[in-house]
Amino acid sequence: MRFGSRTALRDVSFAAEPGEIVAIIGPNGAGKTTLLSILAGLFPPSEGSVSHGAREVGWVPQQAAVYRKLSVAENLRLFARLERVDDVEGTVTRMLAQTGLEERASDELGALSGGNQQRVNIAVGLLSGPPVLLLDEPSSSLDPRQREILWSFVSGLAKEDATTVVFTTHNVGEAERYADRVLVLADGELLFGGTPAEFVDAVDGFHDFEAAFVRFLHERGH
Amino acid sequence: MSALRFLLVKDLQILRRSPLLVVLLALYAIVIGLPVGYAVSRPPSKPKVAFLNEVTPGGGTFSVAGKSLDASSYANRLFTAIDPIRVSSRAEAIRKVKDGEAVAALIVPKGVTAALQSAVSLSGSPVKPTLEVYYAADNPLKRRYVENTINAQLAKANLALSGELTKVAAQYLTVLLKGGSFKILGQGFDVLGLQRSAAILRGVAAALPKGSAKAEAVRQVARFAQLAIDNLGLSAPVLSTISNPIKVDVHTVDGRTSSLDGYAVAAAVTIALMFVGLLVAAGMLALEREEHAFGRLVRGLVSRTVLVTEKVILGAAVAAVIALALVLLLSLFQPVRFGRAPQWLLALVAGGLGFGAMGVAIGALTRDVRASSLLAFLLSLPVAALALVPSGSVGKGAYDAVRVISALFPFKAALQALDAGLNDAAPGLGQSLLHLTILVLAYTALARLALRRFGART
Repeated sequence: MRFGSRTALRDVSFAAEPGEIVAIIGPNGAGKTTLLSILAGLFPPSEGSVSHGAREVGWVPQQAAVYRKLSVAENLRLFARLERVDDVEGTVTRMLAQTGLEERASDELGALSGGNQQRVNIAVGLLSGPPVLLLDEPSSSLDPRQREILWSFVSGLAKEDATTVVFTTHNVGEAERYADRVLVLADGELLFGGTPAEFVDAVDGFHDFEAAFVRFLHERGH
Repeated sequence: MSALRFLLVKDLQILRRSPLLVVLLALYAIVIGLPVGYAVSRPPSKPKVAFLNEVTPGGGTFSVAGKSLDASSYANRLFTAIDPIRVSSRAEAIRKVKDGEAVAALIVPKGVTAALQSAVSLSGSPVKPTLEVYYAADNPLKRRYVENTINAQLAKANLALSGELTKVAAQYLTVLLKGGSFKILGQGFDVLGLQRSAAILRGVAAALPKGSAKAEAVRQVARFAQLAIDNLGLSAPVLSTISNPIKVDVHTVDGRTSSLDGYAVAAAVTIALMFVGLLVAAGMLALEREEHAFGRLVRGLVSRTVLVTEKVILGAAVAAVIALALVLLLSLFQPVRFGRAPQWLLALVAGGLGFGAMGVAIGALTRDVRASSLLAFLLSLPVAALALVPSGSVGKGAYDAVRVISALFPFKAALQALDAGLNDAAPGLGQSLLHLTILVLAYTALARLALRRFGART
């Protein structure tokens, strides 16, 4: 993927299975968000292809992409209509239940905590029941408890609905704990693809995932 | 279309939940629009002039050839152009000017009527009737304006007076020509008249022996009398021409024109339309980016064209509603032609679309609401000011440049459309609507292009 003369991503290719949770990690400027944006259909790749169409992919941007002046239910209803969901009201009710926000349905989004706003953000990404869910730094603005609730919810999606989840994160601990597979990107190149255990094994003498990650990048000049 | 409708409903919900913002926006547009509209449609107000009349009550009359004229009727002409502050003394008049309460003082001296009487009487007089004017020196522009106003009104009064004198002169000439009686310096005279004199002379010449020296002399006098008759017969129209040598025939070059009040309504409404249309369209498009919803929307849910079109319609609709409220408000104070409602409603909508389209172009170039609002303000004021520059107020080259620049923005076209809609003024609704349509398409295309350039990563 090129932006003008700058190559943001080079030779990155991977496949994900239904129900699999894939974490994309890497230092700042590695190309994580660019990769996710291509998968989301925000812009087409300069070369190569994405097997799923944009409408088959649920996209949850890093910052809540919802309207603060609308209520939780109004946000869900608006995007459900724009997604051309068959049963708008049924879907809204289901998403409110799934995110545990039934009691806050009529509250304006601006009045909600960051964690609850992120839940609505994710719920909007799930409205059309996509087989693939893309999460860009989903827990970056959440406290530890909210993070726990978020990952419990996301893990449930993967296990119970067989939704493929691909997320980017700076928190490598989250990648180790919740991802089935990690992809390590640096300077637009895919340096590693495998399970968290395989990643730790790949770095000699380190049993701590975060220390192994730092060592891994250092060894490769990043 | 359904996506456009959903977005429109969503934006109206957001606006409804920001009542303070919407009320402030409407009030701002109206508060700015009203005074600007009236300022551009009004000539400068009448200058306050201290006025001292030293002529005693009833002493303002003078007579010309037995006809009594009142000097106050000529002074009244002046009062149509100035706002007189009546004072009782010369010192008070000058003090009013010094204190800034009046921009000038006009003094009618005690002897002016007598001087006028002497000037118009056949006795003649070396003393011309003179009025005294004192000006404040603090503001040269104001002084020039007051000076021009007083001079223009005095010129009119002089003209009217000279017209009266011309009539009197013509009457004297008629008496000389045809004979009759007239009074001068209180004494009555019976005048034979040139025509009757010539007839008598011709009779005397016929009665004298043919070829005699006396008969020839009488015939010479008769020929002279006839020559005088022929030339004096032309004198009345000549005198009329001298008293009023130039006639002014007024034509409007650019077709129909509206009254000042009608133009004020159109200008005020256009300014309100501009502020609301620009700010709503620009702000609501920028809000999509500020709320990070833009990326989510354009990845298959809504096309950029639909998004831009929706914001243009939103801006136009909100602006048209507020502008309509302003028209109704103004109709309480100014006559608004409700029989032309279809025309001015069409102009309101078209103007709103023009400003909405310009607004989305601004919104597409900026990343957040604050930046878009600031840019909208920065652009709107000079755009309106340029469009209101009257022809002749600057040089031809500068005015041509102003016209070209104004044509690139919707203000002038919207003002012309509203003026045509409200007042049936030139250049007419059709031309203005065509102009606005071109601008709507151009600005929408520009916004669409800007969103393509800047919107991918939002």
